[in-house]
Amino acid sequence: MSKYQTRKLVNYFNLVASLVVTALGLFMLAWILSVLFSKGFQYINWAVFTQMTPPPGSAGGLLNAIFGTLVITFFAVLIGTPIGIMAGTYLSEFGANSRFSSTVRFINDVLLSAPSIVVGVFVYTLIVEPQGHFSGWAGAIALAILVIPVVVRTTEDMLKLVPQQLREAAAALGAPRYTVTLSIVYKAALSGMITGILLATARIMGETAPLLFTALNNQFWSSNMNEPIANMPVVIYQYALSPYEDWQNLAWAAALLITLSVLTMNIVARYTLKGSSSR
Amino acid sequence: MTTLESAHTQVAKKSKNSGALGDSIFKGTAFFFAAMVLVVLFGIMLLLLKEAWPTFAHFGFGFFYHSEWDVVNNQYGALVPIVGTLVTSLIAILIGVPVSFGIAIFITLMAPNWMKRPVGIAIELLAAVPSIIYGMWGLFYFAPWFANSMQPIMTSTLGNVPLIGQFFQGPPIGVSIFTAGVVLAIMIIPFIASIMRDMFEVVPTALKESAFAMGSTTWEVVWKVILPYTKAGVIGGIMLGLGRALGETMAVAFVVGNSLELNTGLFYPGATIASTMANEFNEASGLHMSSLIALALILFIITFVVLSIAKWFLLRLEKVQEGSKT
Repeated sequence: MSKYQTRKLVNYFNLVASLVVTALGLFMLAWILSVLFSKGFQYINWAVFTQMTPPPGSAGGLLNAIFGTLVITFFAVLIGTPIGIMAGTYLSEFGANSRFSSTVRFINDVLLSAPSIVVGVFVYTLIVEPQGHFSGWAGAIALAILVIPVVVRTTEDMLKLVPQQLREAAAALGAPRYTVTLSIVYKAALSGMITGILLATARIMGETAPLLFTALNNQFWSSNMNEPIANMPVVIYQYALSPYEDWQNLAWAAALLITLSVLTMNIVARYTLKGSSSR
Repeated sequence: MTTLESAHTQVAKKSKNSGALGDSIFKGTAFFFAAMVLVVLFGIMLLLLKEAWPTFAHFGFGFFYHSEWDVVNNQYGALVPIVGTLVTSLIAILIGVPVSFGIAIFITLMAPNWMKRPVGIAIELLAAVPSIIYGMWGLFYFAPWFANSMQPIMTSTLGNVPLIGQFFQGPPIGVSIFTAGVVLAIMIIPFIASIMRDMFEVVPTALKESAFAMGSTTWEVVWKVILPYTKAGVIGGIMLGLGRALGETMAVAFVVGNSLELNTGLFYPGATIASTMANEFNEASGLHMSSLIALALILFIITFVVLSIAKWFLLRLEKVQEGSKT
C-alpha cells in the first residue's frame, strides 16, 4: 500500500471513529431519557402531586418531597445569589487585575468543580453537629455554597461584556460609582446574570450528596426549616435502593420530574443567553 | 479601569454631593463577599482537618496505606477507597478522553453548520442530568446489560492477555469498579468535549487552511496542527474532567458495589471515597465518623490539586491568546 493510501485510510478511519463516538454520546442521552420516560411516566398521576410519601407497601405521592425541594432550592438561591453577584461585581468592577482578585477567581473556579459531598460534610460539621439535628436550613446552606461559584463566574463574565464606554459615559454625567454599577452595568448585563442564576438553580435542584448529611429526609409533611425536611433527590436515593416496588416506582416518577425540570431550566437558560448575545 | 477610578476621585473631590460614602460602602460590601469565597475554601479545609484529627492521631500515616476498614473493631485504613477513587477516575479518563476528542472533531470539523449547535447542546445536556439519575440508570439498565453482553466478551479476550489479563476478571453481577468507571466516563465527556470544542474553534483559520493547502488530510490537520496549538487547553480540559470524576458521588454509590475489599479484578465490586461516605456517614460516630471526614479531606485535597493544575493550564492558554492578540 502506498504512503498516500495509508494516509487516506488513517484519515478515513479516524473520521469515522469521530462520527461513531458522537453518535454514541447522543445515544447515551437518548437511552437515559427514554428509560426515564418509559419507567417514570406511567407512575405520574394526580396522587404524586397531592399525597405524602407513603410507608412501604402502600400508595402515596411526593407532595412533601416536591415542596421540600422547592423550599430548600429557593432559600439556597436566595442566600447564594447576592453573595455571588457581589463577589462577581468586585472581580469585574473593582479589583479586576489585583492579586487578591486573581486568587479569588482561581479559588472560585476550583470550588466550581469541587466535590459536592465534601460541601455536605462541611455543613454537617459546621451546623448539624453543633445543633444536634438535621435541618432544612443546613441543606439550604450546603446548596448555597454550590450556588455561589456558579453565580460569581457568570456575573463576572457578563459584567465584563458591558462596554467600558457605557461606564465612562455614566461617570462623565457625575454618577457615583455604585450608581454606575447598579443602574447602568447591571441593567446591561441583566439577562446574562439571570442565566447564571438559572444555571445555578438547575445545578442544585438534582444535587443529592450534600443533602444526605444536612436536610436528610422526612416521611411526613414539614414546612419547618429547622427540622429534617423531605426532598426529591434523597427520596429518589432511598426509594430506588429499597426492596419495595411501590417505592421504586415513586423513585422513577420523581427521577423523571426532577430531570425534566433541570433540563428545561438549562435549555431556557441557554435560550436567554443566546437571545441577549445576538442582540 | 484606572482612568475611570481617577476620574471618579477627581469628581468626588470637586462636588460635595458625590456619593463617595455610598461608593465606599458598595465597594466594601463587594470586597467582603469576594473574600467570603476564600473563607469558604479555608473554612472547609480547617474544619475537616479539625474533625479528622483524631483519626490521623490514632492511625498515623498508616491510615493512608492500610486496607482494612473494619467498623466492628474500629480499625480504619483508607487504601481501598483511595485506590477505588483513582482507578474509577482513571478508567473514566481512558474512555472519556478519546470519545470527547472525537466529539470535538466532529462538531468543529465535520458537522454541517446547521448540526453544530444542536449536537453541542445535546452533548452538554449530558452534563445537566443529575448524578443520581446516572446512578439509577446505571444500576437498573447499564450494569445488567454490561454484565450480560460486554463483560463475558472482555473476560474471554482481554482476560487472556498476559499481565493485564488479571484486571479483567470478576463475577458477572454488573456492579463493579469498571462499571463505575464507564458511567463516570459518560458523565465527564460533556465537560471535556465542550472545552476541547471551544479550544479547537479558536485555532486561526489561516493555520488550518495552510495545512490543508499543503495536502494534509483532515486527520493530519487535527493531529499535527490543531492539537499542538491547543495542547495546554486540552490538558486543562482533561484535568477538569478528572477533577469531576474523582469527586462524583451518587452515580458511583449506585453502581460501584460498595465493597471495601481489595481486588485486582476490575469487575469486582469496590468502593470510592465518595461512595463510602454516602453509605456510611449517617450511621457513623466517634472514630468511624472522624475517619470518614478524614476521607473527605483527602478527596478534597486530591481534587483541589487536580483542579488547580487544570486551571493553571487553562490560564496559561488565556495569557498566550491575549498576548497573540495584541
